[in-house]
Amino acid sequence: MILSVRQVVKKYSDHLALDHIDLEIPRAKIFGLLGPNGAGKTSLIRIINQITAPDSGQIIFDGEPLSAKHVDQIGYLPEERGLYKKMKVGDQLLYLAQLKGMSKSEAISKLKDWFIRLDIKDWWNKPVDDLSKGMQQKTQFIATVVHEPKLLILDEPFSGFDPINANMLKDEILSIKERGTTILFSTHRMETVEELCDDIALINQSRVVLAGEKVEVQNRYKQNTFKIRYLGNLPLELKGIEILSVNDQSATLKLAVGVSSNQAISQIISHVDLLEFQEIIPSFNDIFIQVVNETNAYE
Amino acid sequence: MHMNKILLIIQREYITRVLKKSFWISSLLAPVLITVIYAIPIWLAMKDKEVKRVEILDLSGLWKQSDLEDKEVEFVFTAGKEQELKMSFASKGYDAFVSIPEDVLTNPKGVHIYSAKNIGMSLKESIEKIIQNKVRHELLLKSGISPQIYESTQVDIDSKTITVSTDGQETRSSSGGAMILAGIMGIVLYFTLLNYGSQVMNGVIEEKSSRIIEVIISSVKPYQLLLGKIIGVGLVGLTQFLLWIVLTIGLTQITSKFYGEKVKNNITQIKKIDSGKQSNISSKSEEESPMSEVTKVLESTNIPMIIAAFLFYFFVGYMLYSSLFAAIGSAVESATEAQQFTFIVMIPIILSFLMAQYTMQDPDSTIAFWASMIPFTSPINMMVRLPYGVPAWELILSMTLLVLGFLGCSWLSARIYRVGILMYGKKVTWKELGKWLFYKG
Repeated sequence: MILSVRQVVKKYSDHLALDHIDLEIPRAKIFGLLGPNGAGKTSLIRIINQITAPDSGQIIFDGEPLSAKHVDQIGYLPEERGLYKKMKVGDQLLYLAQLKGMSKSEAISKLKDWFIRLDIKDWWNKPVDDLSKGMQQKTQFIATVVHEPKLLILDEPFSGFDPINANMLKDEILSIKERGTTILFSTHRMETVEELCDDIALINQSRVVLAGEKVEVQNRYKQNTFKIRYLGNLPLELKGIEILSVNDQSATLKLAVGVSSNQAISQIISHVDLLEFQEIIPSFNDIFIQVVNETNAYE
Repeated sequence: MHMNKILLIIQREYITRVLKKSFWISSLLAPVLITVIYAIPIWLAMKDKEVKRVEILDLSGLWKQSDLEDKEVEFVFTAGKEQELKMSFASKGYDAFVSIPEDVLTNPKGVHIYSAKNIGMSLKESIEKIIQNKVRHELLLKSGISPQIYESTQVDIDSKTITVSTDGQETRSSSGGAMILAGIMGIVLYFTLLNYGSQVMNGVIEEKSSRIIEVIISSVKPYQLLLGKIIGVGLVGLTQFLLWIVLTIGLTQITSKFYGEKVKNNITQIKKIDSGKQSNISSKSEEESPMSEVTKVLESTNIPMIIAAFLFYFFVGYMLYSSLFAAIGSAVESATEAQQFTFIVMIPIILSFLMAQYTMQDPDSTIAFWASMIPFTSPINMMVRLPYGVPAWELILSMTLLVLGFLGCSWLSARIYRVGILMYGKKVTWKELGKWLFYKG
């Protein structure tokens, strides 16, 4: 584990932002921190970044209690992000890299690599004021990763990115992961979760309400439903199979407990010519909505 | 490691400001202005040296050519009718025409000065002075008083203030010059405290409103950022003082050297005209100029001590005020929103400036004493008192109180700052600021 959050509590004057949070973030994985707005994601991220301190609980970073020295091993791209408008891109990145403990020469050589990599070689002396929003986002991303952190925290990284830059960012995130960096991803965009994350945790109303490996979580929320496509006439009644809907040579079925998919298939092919048989995997969007509604109702 | 990061912040704050055009404009403009103010009187004095020609009709017959020797005016006796002469003097090339009536001793108001253009004050004065002197001289003789006795009663009291310290050591000081020096230091402190304090505030607002703040404080602690910013901006202020001092001294030296040559030439010319009679006039007038008064004070005061105290009061006073300005900057999201809070920090600065007027008039009064002790008003008021002489214990007490005041204010400010920089979209009130003081972690 690169990061363990144990029983972390954070209270603001009038509300409980984090209520005994436990999280285990495995090394070299992309971890999705999900939750509706105001659930407590940003509070948790600020505590991991040591911007604020928890009221109680413990955070273990790379086997040690989190302390000031770990600041240089974490890269953080906040949701609301900005740059010094009057400073030149190069000077600005150099400053931010040095604040993360890099030496000047090391920072310059790493920055040059990134400038080549993202194809922005001639930006070094441009004032940030002259950059488009997309250009500023590239600059901010470089500032987050140039010191090669062990843990990269991205808070809604794709918000405001155009599709081309979003794709570029996605590729970079994956290649950074390849190099052994752990990425903590805070988002409420479920498409990116399904596409990128290995593990997830869902926070709602200051508590972790769902956590685990992405595939395992999806399996947990499977309804044992299948989609079929066929030629012929499907009978209205099948043994141990509930027909949820039928629609022009295709149907959605729900298998009763104890009925295997093989048993279902052999029953179906005795009536129709089966072209396709596919398990319906619940989308994270559905899981998200279901879990959030359940916990809200429970409250 | 922490030290390094603070140094990086100081460096950025310093370099971005020193590279700004506005910094250089204000650094250069002030010395140039002072030099101009210094040079204008000298220049004007030399301008006036141009000799004016005056035609004089003396019906009383009291004046002789030797009575009318003046370095600025050349008098030429004439005869004829006043009515005709007053019409014709201009065409003969004279600047003015003076008619003195026969009964000038009993009727001094009968003297008339005619001029084509508006006659200059200095010309009018020198004509009047020459006529007055002669009339007085004649009147004294008439009433049996010797002009020599009269001269000896003309005592000029140029009071020299002598400061006596408790150990009996005497220092000559001139309170006029001390007042100028005190006034200059008070005004400079007033403007720099306000200017650099609000620069810190605007820097904090810039970081908050551009949202770079969260990235920065994920690398350094908020107090490191605050400390680095305050020190960095303060060093910009010290750099500006250094530039002001060096440039002002340099420019005025050059000016006085340049004019010095010309003034010397002028004096020798005048000497030739006056045949040494009035050679002490020019040197006397130089002694009375306010600039030489300041020089006199500078000679009688301990300059290194004054400079050291000035830098101390600027820097610590600035740190105290700028930490408060920073706290305000952290609580708001724009400069306009800041206005509702800045007055509370500006009031003590303005108040100390107003108190400094009293302090200057009576530097040893109770008000002056307390104004130079209370941390908020002490930077300006102590610097205003210092040229007049202040006991060492008062200076040490005032400095100690200022440092304590700074520590207290910076503690309060840091607590507001660390909460404020992350607060968005909340209408900040005084009550809210009070709550932030007690937030944990």
